Amino acid sequence: MQLARVIGTVVMSHKDENLSAATLLLVQPLTLDHQPAGRPLVAIDSVGAGVGEEVFFVRGKEASFPFYPGEPPVDAGIVGIVDHWDVEV
Amino acid sequence: MQIARVVGTVVSTHKHPKFEGAKLLLVQPLNIDETARGNALLAVDGVGAGVHEKVLIVLEGRAAGEALGKKAAPVDAAVIGIIDQVDVDGDL
Repeated sequence: MQLARVIGTVVMSHKDENLSAATLLLVQPLTLDHQPAGRPLVAIDSVGAGVGEEVFFVRGKEASFPFYPGEPPVDAGIVGIVDHWDVEV
Repeated sequence: MQIARVVGTVVSTHKHPKFEGAKLLLVQPLNIDETARGNALLAVDGVGAGVHEKVLIVLEGRAAGEALGKKAAPVDAAVIGIIDQVDVDGDL
């Protein structure tokens, strides 16, 4: 999983039927010091995350597991809202 | 699998139910010379690893779910061992 910040929402009126109830959010992966790391991507949300929140997301088919038995065709999904993280160096 | 170092922990109250009881570790993948490689990531802890320890991580969903001991868990990374020692042939 990766840390990220939710930076936006994606709205589609014409989409795969398995995405009909999906909330799609734009997320920016983060470094451990909360800086952007790489390119933003779109992730399906299963925990009710909102714009501005720090979250963690899973990549791959596992992103669809929270929607079982539905099978949304997704490759990234938000699975937790982060309270905080602690780094020891 | 990859070699990584545990560099921190993540606290998340609101998360998918399959994560209940799981420890979330921040792990930094390492090069052979133990310098950091790429970005740190989150892995579920399957072995009781602690911060500063060198560990073996698996980066694949099914394997990570098995390490967590839960089927159909939305995870893609898990710590599956604590490394005592890595020996590299000097000629390589």
